[in-house]
Amino acid sequence: MKIDQEAHTSHISQKFNEELEEIRSQLLEMGGLVEKQVQDAVDSLVDGDTRLASEVRKTDKTVNQLQLEIDEVCTHILARRQPAASDLRLVLAVIRATSDLERIGDEASKIAKATLRLAEEGTSPRGYIEARHLGNHVRQMVKDALNAFARFDTPQALAVLREDDKVDLEYRSATRALITFMMEDPRSISQVMNIMWVLRSLERVGDHASNLAEYVIYLVEGEDVRYTKPDKIEQVLQHDDEEDQKGSST
Amino acid sequence: MTTTEKQRTHGMNMGALNRDAGSSELKLSRETSCISVKDMSLYYGESQALKNISMEIPKNRVTAFIGPSGCGKSTLLRSFNRMNDLIDGVTIKGEVNIDNQNIYDRKVDVADLRRRVGMVFQKPNPFPKSIYENVAYGLRIQGINNRRILDESVEWALRSAAIWDETKDRLHESALGMSGGQQQRLVIARTIAVKPEILLLDEPASALDPISTLKIEELIHDLKDRFSIVIVTHNMQQAARVSDFTAFMYLGEMVEYDNTDTLFTNPAKKQTEDYITGRYG
Repeated sequence: MKIDQEAHTSHISQKFNEELEEIRSQLLEMGGLVEKQVQDAVDSLVDGDTRLASEVRKTDKTVNQLQLEIDEVCTHILARRQPAASDLRLVLAVIRATSDLERIGDEASKIAKATLRLAEEGTSPRGYIEARHLGNHVRQMVKDALNAFARFDTPQALAVLREDDKVDLEYRSATRALITFMMEDPRSISQVMNIMWVLRSLERVGDHASNLAEYVIYLVEGEDVRYTKPDKIEQVLQHDDEEDQKGSST
Repeated sequence: MTTTEKQRTHGMNMGALNRDAGSSELKLSRETSCISVKDMSLYYGESQALKNISMEIPKNRVTAFIGPSGCGKSTLLRSFNRMNDLIDGVTIKGEVNIDNQNIYDRKVDVADLRRRVGMVFQKPNPFPKSIYENVAYGLRIQGINNRRILDESVEWALRSAAIWDETKDRLHESALGMSGGQQQRLVIARTIAVKPEILLLDEPASALDPISTLKIEELIHDLKDRFSIVIVTHNMQQAARVSDFTAFMYLGEMVEYDNTDTLFTNPAKKQTEDYITGRYG
């Protein structure tokens, strides 16, 4: 059965409502932090801002701490409440989501590290535009996935999943261009490789954002859509909606 | 699986598609039925307690009935061996078929029906007799008095009810000296001693402590190979733990009936969701 935002606020136990609200809002807080980390990491790279890069690396500790805290609350809920149905799906989705958010934080941290390395070794002659572009793209995906989580918005989650193909395409064409450049100018290899790693990290961020979107669909629709193409997912959700309507009309 | 089959069994459902990898998912449509309820309504005087219930109870599985007090789950359970006959003013419409025979047919011998469909209640109700005689009671009523057969049957029943080790040295002591949990397992032994086909359990563990409850649940798991089991329970976690299929009832209606995993992770109806997650309905 499809659920909405209000689903977790109507338990007879007020305390349980609060606990579920707590993990939800903490997750969104963690998400906001991670999204900013990605933004700052890309900014630091493009602007050569080492101070900002150090900030990004520091934030990673806070993100890790948040993951531990949220996971602990989730463990308590599982042990004490034995949640079922959409409550169970919320707890599972949050546990999974924290791990993806933490990994996004790690990727941002890697990008910040590349900024610091490039500051020492000299800037790369190419690749900043590509990194900026891909960075904006995946940051928007993270943002949209989090919004979808906050609003229980399946269509938006689906849109995020569709973006991932575009990100992969963009990533491939950017790396191809950089490889060509390195072949023409082997002296630049060391610097350009740093950017290659950055692009790789950003592509991974896109993958994690897609995972977040999949958890939203699992949470809202009760369908485990991992390893499934967006078109197929849409088809299935449509079928479920029709079934629901049939069910409610009889 | 053909396309039509897929559609019928909600095969477009991606969750099911993902789970098909293990293909261990239980489906009602694939089960052999042992009780077949057809459009059954039950009235206590003027008030209707069960409303047009139709369902198939699968053979050699554990089926749980859950729902709030007064939803009709115990009434439905009791209708499977005509326990409701004992209450004045009960009227029943529709059919309950066991082995293709409507058990409400005039020709049905109720005593024989209750031998085939055994029942265990919330409060353990051993007879004020010895442990041995409690278990042998049903057999004696059937006219079996051969000592050797009785001994064998009593041992078999006590072993099956996982209480043999605790009772083998005190078979001739009074059953009333046993703990509540032991008494309940003794009652189960008494019920299965006459080899019923179906075992009805009405809140069998609600008066027991957690350890005795787990022993009963373990017993249910062991017994389902030999009997078809239907259990009514207020404890939803218990239903989730022991049953293969769960039916959620509300105000005399069967709201949702599905395999237990589906019902507890992704129920189809809002009423079910609200009940199992403890929300205001």
